[in-house]
Amino acid sequence: MPRLFGHRLSIPAAIGLAIIALNLGAALFAPWIAPYDQADIVGDAWDDPSLAHPLGLDNLGRDLLTRLLFGARMSIGLSLLITSTSFTIGIVTGFTAAVCKGWVDMALSRAVDLMLSMPTLIFAFIVLSVLGTDLPVLIITLACLDSTRVFRLSRALAMGIAALEYVEVAKLRGEGLGWIIAREILPAARAPLIAEFGLRFSFAFLFVAALSFLGLGVQPPDADWGSMVRDYRDMINLDLAAPLWPAGAIALLTVGVNFVVDWLLSIQSRTHGENA
Amino acid sequence: MAADERGERVFKLIAQRLGLGLLTLVGASMIIFAGTEILPGDLASALLQNNATEENLATMRKELGLDRPAVVRYGEWFGSALKGELGRSLATERPVIDDLAPRLRNTLFLAIYAAAIAVPLAIALGLMAAIWQGSTFDRMVNLVTLMTISIPEYLVGYLLVKYLSVRLGWLPTLSNVTPDTTLGDRLFLTILPVATLVLVVVAHMMRMTRASVLAIMASPYIEMAFLKGIPKWQVVVRHAFPNALAPVINVVALNLAYLIIGVVVVEAVFVYPGLGQLMVDAVSKHDVPVVQACGLLFASTFILLNLIADICGILANPRLRHPR
Repeated sequence: MPRLFGHRLSIPAAIGLAIIALNLGAALFAPWIAPYDQADIVGDAWDDPSLAHPLGLDNLGRDLLTRLLFGARMSIGLSLLITSTSFTIGIVTGFTAAVCKGWVDMALSRAVDLMLSMPTLIFAFIVLSVLGTDLPVLIITLACLDSTRVFRLSRALAMGIAALEYVEVAKLRGEGLGWIIAREILPAARAPLIAEFGLRFSFAFLFVAALSFLGLGVQPPDADWGSMVRDYRDMINLDLAAPLWPAGAIALLTVGVNFVVDWLLSIQSRTHGENA
Repeated sequence: MAADERGERVFKLIAQRLGLGLLTLVGASMIIFAGTEILPGDLASALLQNNATEENLATMRKELGLDRPAVVRYGEWFGSALKGELGRSLATERPVIDDLAPRLRNTLFLAIYAAAIAVPLAIALGLMAAIWQGSTFDRMVNLVTLMTISIPEYLVGYLLVKYLSVRLGWLPTLSNVTPDTTLGDRLFLTILPVATLVLVVVAHMMRMTRASVLAIMASPYIEMAFLKGIPKWQVVVRHAFPNALAPVINVVALNLAYLIIGVVVVEAVFVYPGLGQLMVDAVSKHDVPVVQACGLLFASTFILLNLIADICGILANPRLRHPR
């Protein structure tokens, strides 16, 4: 087995990495590998799979495989954007709370507690019912909601790190908050944060897909995998597999990410065990 | 006398949790209110949509009482919500409570039905995996549950529909219950949504049960029990499980809270007339009073379940009853 981060990959982790690579490839190169254009109508609605159209055609006679490849762009791109934004907000506020302590920590922690007292989906519904479901609104809302969990983790991590001598030294040296967060704490908290990024990504990915499936996420003419499931769902009654393809793609990527995260967490607990 | 003192301490702890729960509920209601009322694009502009000229907006705001301070309106809204008066829907103009009550009943029916199957199943599987830790059974269960956690509810739902109802024709594809549906029919019509929920929830609950039992298994008194020569299943069931009960209750409550949310997607898959469907419809129609009412109901159920978990945790764990 090949090695990563100095550890041997487990079999599920290797499968997970392959799945992630496949999906990223599809998302990045969709316009070049897709056999048709995403808006092209190439035949009759719900035509059966054939050599030219391996997954068949959709409700408007568009090639399903092509739609799936372009859907990867929307689904994965959107979730990556949400997760990166939520990480930026969560890490900055979490580290700030841990370094400043006192009333800053109090205020931020209580605000997060309050936000976490309500189910995320319900919270999102309430905001979306007022602001509508444009993409920027969707990204910012979900990123803010998700950043509460990142805040919790990064605050806990930074609390431990900020008590170490070298951070004290940096403080005494008179370094500013920005330096302490970026140069002293962040490098030490990298490993657990990478695993958390995977977890948060799969959460955001499933969340966006669920919202789109409910008709409250990505709106036509844009399409992600969740909204494709929604568009094709009636076909299940005619025994067509159409809605299962995008739904299966969602499940496959999430399984892949979870396999890798599971392995990352297990090597972390192993290295900690060695140090202790 | 010692028993009295203990009882008093438990009572005090529980009273504290109750107070905290109440405070959280008020906080959540404030968020719901603030979210729908203070964000740009208020009720008036939602109602008027394209006719939203400055003049129209001002008149409409006055009519709806939106020109008064937000604090006053919050007080009124929350006060009447506590009395069960939830306003009128903007879309149907009927009192919200009329639409809400039967749908709440449907959703609770679905959630309780699923929980009645999922909770015992998950605890049994979790205990078995903990007893046979490291065995093929344990590893298989770990892999399978890791996969079911990742699979969205609609994939599970549609797979079940495709094979069990379309191909085999055993079960109905839709769960269209009406108030007149008998209990027997109801139980039959909702088999598929319940199966979907159970599959998704059992994985979480079972993994966390296993983890909490294994955490207890690492403690010295368990080793002592092993050294006395007690068989492994007995150590797990008699010695480890009672102490793992508090975290397990927590896990169950957390997952029941998740069940309440997972219901939203499952209801959409099976077109089941529940609270989730009502809320989704209201969100897409910008029907603010209905969204507020549904949000408040979902949030209070969530908070209530967490509260029950906390209190059961205190009652189940002797060490929590004796701080120090």
